[in-house]
Amino acid sequence: MPGKSSTQRSALKALNEKLLKGFEAAGFDHISPQIIQPADVFLERAGEDIRSRTFVFTDPDGAELCLRPDLTVPTCRYHLNNAASPATAARYCYCGPAFRHQSGSSPAPREFEQAGLEIFGATDPQESEAEIFNLTIAAMEQAGLDDYTVRLGDLGLFHALLNSIDMPQRWRQRLAGDFWRPQAFHQLLSRITGQEPWAETSISPLLATITPDTVLAATEAELDRRGLVLVPGRSVDDIAARLADKVADRNAPPLDISTANLIDDYLSTSGGLEKVHSSLEQLAARTSKQFSIALTRLKQRCELFDLARLNNASAVFSGEFGRTLEYYTGFVFQIEAKDKSGNNIVVAGGGRYDNMISDIGNCEQVPAVGCAIYTERLLALTKERQ
Amino acid sequence: MSKTLIIAVPSKGRLMEKTLKAFAKAGYEISRTGSDRGYRGQIANMENAEIAFLSASEIARNLMDGKIHIGVTGEDLLRETIPDTDRFVDMQIRLGFGHADVVVALPECWLDVASMSDLDEVCEEFYRHHNKRLRVATKYLRITRQFFAAKGVAGYRIIESPGATEGAPAAGTAQVIVDITSTGSTLKANHLKILDDGIILKSEAVLGVAQTANADPRVQALKQAFADQC
Repeated sequence: MPGKSSTQRSALKALNEKLLKGFEAAGFDHISPQIIQPADVFLERAGEDIRSRTFVFTDPDGAELCLRPDLTVPTCRYHLNNAASPATAARYCYCGPAFRHQSGSSPAPREFEQAGLEIFGATDPQESEAEIFNLTIAAMEQAGLDDYTVRLGDLGLFHALLNSIDMPQRWRQRLAGDFWRPQAFHQLLSRITGQEPWAETSISPLLATITPDTVLAATEAELDRRGLVLVPGRSVDDIAARLADKVADRNAPPLDISTANLIDDYLSTSGGLEKVHSSLEQLAARTSKQFSIALTRLKQRCELFDLARLNNASAVFSGEFGRTLEYYTGFVFQIEAKDKSGNNIVVAGGGRYDNMISDIGNCEQVPAVGCAIYTERLLALTKERQ
Repeated sequence: MSKTLIIAVPSKGRLMEKTLKAFAKAGYEISRTGSDRGYRGQIANMENAEIAFLSASEIARNLMDGKIHIGVTGEDLLRETIPDTDRFVDMQIRLGFGHADVVVALPECWLDVASMSDLDEVCEEFYRHHNKRLRVATKYLRITRQFFAAKGVAGYRIIESPGATEGAPAAGTAQVIVDITSTGSTLKANHLKILDDGIILKSEAVLGVAQTANADPRVQALKQAFADQC
């Protein structure tokens, strides 16, 4: 698409202004973060995957810059620069273009508008989550969109479940890390439950010679024996620690199947809010208190949702939801609607991401929750349905 | 009259010699026109066809841009240069020379790392300890991204390295490399090991045919002649 016509441009402008007016009225500071951003902030955080979708370039002084691929990170940077301290409570809204490379024949646009909201440093997590959620729903109403699905998830509940199950901490960490990779997740689960042996690899012979209390000495001896010198980046301790984990894995008693089933049961939980609440209650009865506390938080949050405003729309919770959105740490949601060809279009998405400000600013964790709306998609859907 | 078919072959070295030999064996003698250094040539037994002598990487790019119809080059270069390679280029005819593997290799001193899933965990560890992503040095950006994504490894960054990539880990500019190897001796000399599941591609020279030219009877005949002698 070479550009927007006068009519398209003014229709989008009108919608954007309407939404932002609503956000300002709710007490959000309407800022305009820079379009050109230092590339490092995005690339160090997200890794190579985002680089392949980001327009990265070098300026005449040699600095690596990018066109922002979203507005959340730029808003965090704005906050770190302007707030009295990273933890200072702040509420921002914004609207502007973001840019993503689309490979080959993909029909997705390379530049698109995002309108969004972020709440930083709020003390009541459930309240700020519900506020973001309700304002997003209100924005759908203002735009005139009905007949859509709100998909909800909660990574906090998943982590609470892992914490409530008795297993070595390293297994918890790995299960949490592999949440984003369903295949690896299931393989790990069948290994720690003893249903599948640990992989035989080129380092298995070495592992067989090591006992848990001799790992460091054995590591050093092996390096000496083979005349290997360390390279920058990882120490003997780093290498020995991972070897120790591997040795421990092979010697640890397997997790019993009924416990592992709790994890599968949680991940396969899916449906309308009331039905899900009752099946999560049943799950809570089989676990420890930590899960119950997280479940209470989920219920408190849902009670604050303005569900009456869901215009001919349905809200569904799924234990697995969030698997494709790596940076979230807790509550997640997404609004989807079908276009005239029946394709599911993501109109808006958001959630809690408590690690981002501390990652970027090298500071203490700051609670953060927000959402972004793809206003061009929203406009196209409402037009199409008129 | 059919339109001119442009066939590109490598312009120097053993790759060129072996390509010319393979064409001759298939019954399509190639000769340079003009001086010995000319980069145009003729091909026997094919009507209205031209030969272009180009460097191996130019061949991949020209094939993508539609400037040539057939090109002899390494599968690694085709996969690296052309997005959606299989939809765009037919690589059925493999020529049996120019063998090289594209592999993921890392320091031998990492005694705890055998597979891509180990590497994924090390990426997380590295970020935790240094607040910085582990670096992978390579000239194969696309191939690396695709392979790492397929293996579920995301927490790394690529450092572009046009040459002498095997020296990057010792120098500290990267921890891991993705590079080409034929005998593995360069890797060994630099104390690098290939991951158990780290062979990305077993590459060799191929007859790359643009899908748009694949139906041409001259192309069909050429492919048949190559297939017959394998």
